[in-house]
Amino acid sequence: MSVFAFYLFAISAITGGLFTVISRQPVHSVLWLILAFLSSAGLFVLLGAEFVAMLLVIVYVGAVAVLFLFVVMMLDVDFAELKAEMAKYMPLALLIGLVILMQFVMAFGVWETAHKAPELLANPVPADRHNTEALGLIIYDQYFLLFQLSGLILLVAMIGAIVLTLRHRTDVKRQDVVAQMMRDPAMAMELKDVKPGQGLQGK
Amino acid sequence: MIQADLTVILPEIVLALYAMAALLGAVYTGKDRLAGPLVWSTAALLAVLAFWIGSSPAGTQTAFGGMFIDDGFSRFAKVALLLGAAAVLLIGQEYMARRGMLRFEYPILVALSAVGMMMMVSAGDLMALYMGLELQSLALYVVAAMRRDSVKSTEAGLKYFVLGALSSGLLLYGASLVYGFAGTTKFAGIIQVAEQGHMSIGMLFGLVFMISGLAFKVSAVPFHMWTPDVYEGSPTPVTAFFATAPKVAAMGLFARVLHDAFGGAIADWQQVIVVLSVLSMFLGAIAAIGQRDIKRLMAFSSIAHMGYAMIGLAAGTEAGISAMLVYLAIYVTMNIGTFSFILMLEKDGKPVTDILALNQFAAREPGKALAVLVLMFSLAGVPPMLGFFAKLGVWKAGVDAGLMGLVIASAVASVIGAFYYLRIVFYMYFGTGEGDVEAKGSPVLAVALMASAAMMLVGVVYQFGIDGAAAAAAATLVN
Repeated sequence: MSVFAFYLFAISAITGGLFTVISRQPVHSVLWLILAFLSSAGLFVLLGAEFVAMLLVIVYVGAVAVLFLFVVMMLDVDFAELKAEMAKYMPLALLIGLVILMQFVMAFGVWETAHKAPELLANPVPADRHNTEALGLIIYDQYFLLFQLSGLILLVAMIGAIVLTLRHRTDVKRQDVVAQMMRDPAMAMELKDVKPGQGLQGK
Repeated sequence: MIQADLTVILPEIVLALYAMAALLGAVYTGKDRLAGPLVWSTAALLAVLAFWIGSSPAGTQTAFGGMFIDDGFSRFAKVALLLGAAAVLLIGQEYMARRGMLRFEYPILVALSAVGMMMMVSAGDLMALYMGLELQSLALYVVAAMRRDSVKSTEAGLKYFVLGALSSGLLLYGASLVYGFAGTTKFAGIIQVAEQGHMSIGMLFGLVFMISGLAFKVSAVPFHMWTPDVYEGSPTPVTAFFATAPKVAAMGLFARVLHDAFGGAIADWQQVIVVLSVLSMFLGAIAAIGQRDIKRLMAFSSIAHMGYAMIGLAAGTEAGISAMLVYLAIYVTMNIGTFSFILMLEKDGKPVTDILALNQFAAREPGKALAVLVLMFSLAGVPPMLGFFAKLGVWKAGVDAGLMGLVIASAVASVIGAFYYLRIVFYMYFGTGEGDVEAKGSPVLAVALMASAAMMLVGVVYQFGIDGAAAAAAATLVN
């Protein structure tokens, strides 16, 4: 059963990846990409990493892919032209791809795993904990300091983005909530008693 | 366990919490009106932390499973960098306020960058090293581009950011190779592998890449290209900051990595450091000769000075580290004085950085000119001043470690470099042209200039105990 599931997910992941690259419509590409993400999530479940699988679905499918969709729809990019441009460089790209493939073959041909590595790979998760807990223990306990520091780095990045780009414009009208709420009919309206046949005199 | 860990990093926590509280306070209330008070309070907090760390009991503590090391070495570096950052904040405050550049984010970013620097010198793990380095540099990129209406400042920030990202990439690549071949990211584990004679070719590659990344951060030749442009383009108070605290932190990190993680393989990295050091000293000495902009000149000066400090690192001995720490402390003091002077220079309210404008300066401001003379002599390493003894210290360590050639080369570079420092003095006293620069600015600047110059003279007879502290600090690092 799990072998069947593995091949199902693996084939659909590869199909998704392939069609992401070759489909003509960019929107279709994104949809195929979502299929590839979902299938990879299935593969993670088979590996016993439910948490990572859910993260993949929520973060990549839920947020990143939707963002891609928006970008693709918002930007008026002529993908056909880009592809034509790409075809010019195809021979060079194939050559470089081949070289990288050869390098992989050469690297893996003489690959030696450390003597304890297969054991570690076979048991990625401690037996008595499920993997969400194991991940939590690493991030919030063992690497607590690094986690907090990355938070500080993101804070600096945020301050930087605001400092370098935000301009306080003075020539626009802004909403003053308090002033708006303190307004009452007595301040906002003035009642005039208009005599018949006279009309109002402007100030 | 976690409480003991938190006690060890309490100074960092206090500083980070302060930065966040200050950010919230400033955003909710006064915005840039609060910038002035924030600068003062940040400087005060940095100074208080420096005294707190300086007076904490000796001994080595580690936290978070060896990721954070609190030892004599890190405490010495932290005191130097915190005091340097505090002094730079104070001397820059009035300059920025007068030109409408003082924004409340500036002191906050400096404080956050100080947190990163404190992490750097205390790192006991490749990941902690990178986190500290990134926190520090990211804040620096932002303050470099702070004056966003100025093309030069924006260019400085962008250049610094792109090249900094490149160097971070080099460092990370090296770190990943070291991790792959050593099997651990902890320095304590890496040194075991290095000492057992398993310094494989992959690990050596990793080490060289890491040294390249770190050399960028200390602006050692051939990774110095960004320095002159960034120093020239950034607002002068920010340049003063670049030239002081981050240099201490980066050199501290350099020493920490080389001794804590690769202490068993000195022969492998010594030659690399020697080359970096010789190139930095000569390029710093020769390229500065053609500079007329005093900020660019100080950039080349800092490149050269990092070369001298690296002699102590190349020695690979306890005496070498001790001499390097003393050198850095003296270098920071000299630079604070010199930049106080640069911050004062103006003409019709506009900052001046051309050294020709200093013609006949001594006739107008004899007191300040005398202080600058002392500082320039000290930067050049002319004997009676403290700068000479800083150089003497690293030379002695170098000779003891058998690096005679490096020491002779550095003496030659020092003589060449003396030319451009003395040229400034020459213009001030004997310049023939019509100089019209004024030295204005708050009393803080004058006090910093005079105090720094006085220290260059007093330090010859009494060194405020820094040599003893540096020796103790070096003893905890090298063992």
